[in-house]
Amino acid sequence: MIERHDSLIVVTFVRVLVPLVQLFALYVLAYGHYGPGGGFQAGVLLAATYILTALALGREAFQRRVNERICMALASGGVLLYLATGLAGMLGASTFLDYSALPLPVSPVKARYFGILFIEIGVAIGVAATLVLLFARLADTEHPR
Amino acid sequence: MVFAVIAVRAADLLAAVFVLGAYSFTMSLVWAGIGAVDVAFTEVVVGAGASTVLFLAALLRTSRRRSAPPSGLRWVALGVVVAVGVALVAVTRPIAPWGDPGSPPSRHVSPRYITQTVAETATPNAVTSVLADYRGYDTLIETVVIFSSGVGGWLLLRRRQP
Repeated sequence: MIERHDSLIVVTFVRVLVPLVQLFALYVLAYGHYGPGGGFQAGVLLAATYILTALALGREAFQRRVNERICMALASGGVLLYLATGLAGMLGASTFLDYSALPLPVSPVKARYFGILFIEIGVAIGVAATLVLLFARLADTEHPR
Repeated sequence: MVFAVIAVRAADLLAAVFVLGAYSFTMSLVWAGIGAVDVAFTEVVVGAGASTVLFLAALLRTSRRRSAPPSGLRWVALGVVVAVGVALVAVTRPIAPWGDPGSPPSRHVSPRYITQTVAETATPNAVTSVLADYRGYDTLIETVVIFSSGVGGWLLLRRRQP
């Protein structure tokens, strides 16, 4: 079982660090079109903030913030968002995963830009929720198998 | 290489986990050195960060000490590892030199991705446009793989209903 860390410095540092890392994760997600990064890295960073919370503030704080049912729904939702973006291209009378045919009020080139953004958001949500879910199950030694 | 030997030899699994993290971080520096910044970023957050923590969490559930492997299997294992290693080194010979613009991979679809990514997808980072648009199927299936591995782990470790 993971206890709350004894050191005030560690606990305070994590409290300050977590929102900053979450902000950075959103930046990485949004800026993936222009620089290094994207949905996968953003998702892992988001998951890392929850894992950091568990390591520093203890299991209770982690379980207050994380609901496994919601996590499972988010993990599926991320993959489904990806699939839905692909299928939406088919609605525009094109092939699967052709974002230029997305029903958006923009030019086909911009539609591909937004299509990439949508699937990156899906990947981020899916990866973050999956990692948090795995960590929650692994770290929950209160209830051994 | 040094890290790999230390990680395998370490009797303390906690130390082995940290050495693996250091190995991942070194690899990310290698990726950054050859200009693959996206890969370096992924290697840092996943290899050095997330997987280290997941290994640690797994250690919480098991023992920190490892048990000695059965002695008869050790020579078989060594033979398999050496054979695979020799095979891997042997197949690197036909691979084109790194950064060679005349090699077949650089002449096939790469020029189109590099020159057309802004015109076709309004995305200056070609890595992102290749990953998410030109090679969308691959990324979709990768995401499904991560999701299904997560579901598998969750099902194996889930709380037993009383």
